Amino acid sequence: MALALPETARGAGTHAAAYEALSGVFDPELDEPITDLGFVRSLDVAGDSVTVHLRLPTSFCSPNFAYLMASDAKDALTALPWSRHVVVELDDHHDSDLINAGLAADAGYRGTFRHEAEQDLDELRETFRRKAHTAAMERCLTALLRADPDREVEALGEVTLGDLPDDERTAALRRRRAALGLPDVPTAPVLVSHDGTTYAVADVPLALRRARSTRVSIDGNAHFCRGLLRTRYPGSEQDQTDRPEGAEPADALDRPPSPTTFIPLSQLKEHLS
Amino acid sequence: MYSKDGESYFIVDAHVALWDARPENQRNIHGKQFIDCFYDYHRNLSPEGTVWSYEDYLYQGGRRLMKDLFEDGYVDHAVFQPAFLGEFYKNGFGQTEEASALAQAHPDKLTYNHNFDPRNGEAGLDQLRADAERFGLRGVKLYTAEWHGESRGWRLDDPWAYRYFEACRELGITNIHIHKGPTIRPLDRDAFDVADVDHVATDFTDLNFVVEHCGLPRLEDFCWIATQEPNVHAGLAVAMPFIHTRPRYFAQIIGELLYWVGEDRIQFSSDYALWTPKWLIERFVDFQIPEDLTEYAPITTAQKKKILGLNAAKMYDIDVPAELRLPDADEPATGPRGADDTAERAADTSTLAGV
Repeated sequence: MALALPETARGAGTHAAAYEALSGVFDPELDEPITDLGFVRSLDVAGDSVTVHLRLPTSFCSPNFAYLMASDAKDALTALPWSRHVVVELDDHHDSDLINAGLAADAGYRGTFRHEAEQDLDELRETFRRKAHTAAMERCLTALLRADPDREVEALGEVTLGDLPDDERTAALRRRRAALGLPDVPTAPVLVSHDGTTYAVADVPLALRRARSTRVSIDGNAHFCRGLLRTRYPGSEQDQTDRPEGAEPADALDRPPSPTTFIPLSQLKEHLS
Repeated sequence: MYSKDGESYFIVDAHVALWDARPENQRNIHGKQFIDCFYDYHRNLSPEGTVWSYEDYLYQGGRRLMKDLFEDGYVDHAVFQPAFLGEFYKNGFGQTEEASALAQAHPDKLTYNHNFDPRNGEAGLDQLRADAERFGLRGVKLYTAEWHGESRGWRLDDPWAYRYFEACRELGITNIHIHKGPTIRPLDRDAFDVADVDHVATDFTDLNFVVEHCGLPRLEDFCWIATQEPNVHAGLAVAMPFIHTRPRYFAQIIGELLYWVGEDRIQFSSDYALWTPKWLIERFVDFQIPEDLTEYAPITTAQKKKILGLNAAKMYDIDVPAELRLPDADEPATGPRGADDTAERAADTSTLAGV
């Protein structure tokens, strides 16, 4: 039989476990964990009760995405073996009352939004899984082009996973491919649509251009949302991690001086209390 | 008019507002949430020294608007694009009486566009006809995320919206400015989806559709639709201020728009009073696409002149001094306009089907 831990140490362990569970919840649109985005406003664990408050960059962020993140957070925390009472609340949103009531009653998406919902949000999630893959693919191929400006754009259709450098960019692409069920072998072509279809040589440049517009859009939006959160909730920058894709010099000015010693605010608060 | 380095730029600010978000006009908490969201946009993207106090931001008034746009802001002509937001504000957000009176007093400087909501049915159609006559409407501003009773959004391809577009056609309202907002029914789909623009642009080829903030945060979907529809234009509301803190993002937005939509169909706007035009125009004239973004050609002075005013002037028949005019680019009406090898294939839009 294991030794009984002192109450404080056990509390810290469950807090860390709850935070870890939340780090598996993604903003489907920005394709990042809500913990990295600073969307977790507070996390309180008392015995088997977990209370989480979420915050978003604006009151008018899409309610469907807001609901997805909040309900995914509740699911992730409920799945912890020791949790019994889980409360997830979304703060300061135009639909906070509706969403929080739906979450408390476990009403589901359709039960929460009633006449505004028709089927479910699976298609929406899939749309953004595809966009995340498209952007990751473009980052890898454009990196090749920039490294070797003489490379023919049309020839990019022949690039395979094995041709890519072993770096974080490639790893990110492989994760996105796995999410779509695309093959993860060195011979697999990189420039493919969401279902793995390759392009005719003549269509390769346009396919890359289209993927580029997706990447520009996602990276720009991800940084704008982070910036708005920092403006709306001063101090929230301490809860955000860097996003290298699409980063700009001004981001450094917005950041706390020493990112290596960063501690999520939600944990810090508990240490202080 | 703005002049620098021997070049002169005719300026049309294609999207401005005169709003009232003061507490006495707020109908409920959402009125406060809405203006607070705007104020965060303003604070987040504005350079130091151009940030307004919250009180000033709630309501700017006509006198300040005239000064910010025409005395300090280099603007030659501006177009009101009012949002109604009747569920959030007692007297609406955009101030119809004050703005239209200003436009009437300064017809050389201001054009007043109004709005409609197809969920108002027949009564709304009658109102549109009356508004067209009263304001001499050339354009309308449509906000598809407007709340209306139980409904929190509508689509441009709803059957009732078609009735309104048919009326626009009869009434000579040719310039349809569209703002995609975040809530729309059903919530199952992406609320910023611009697919309905595609349908309506195909069915009303004699109307111009200006998609504000160029579809952001769905730039890719917007570019894809706009490149296939010769009557879809990009409005730079909200996109412009990225030029300050996110110049690389801004460069890529412009690079994408020049490629997919072309230099003749992009319109500058400050989105006043979200931001003021002065610094945006100064920065844009000085702006260049960073050299390391090798996938984009540098932006030319002629392209800047078109974006800053000539394109919107053409759409609204605003008189431009002869020496400031420029001819249209030798570009196809659809398909990518970019100067790289993909442009050669643009004449055949069927190639788009393969991508």
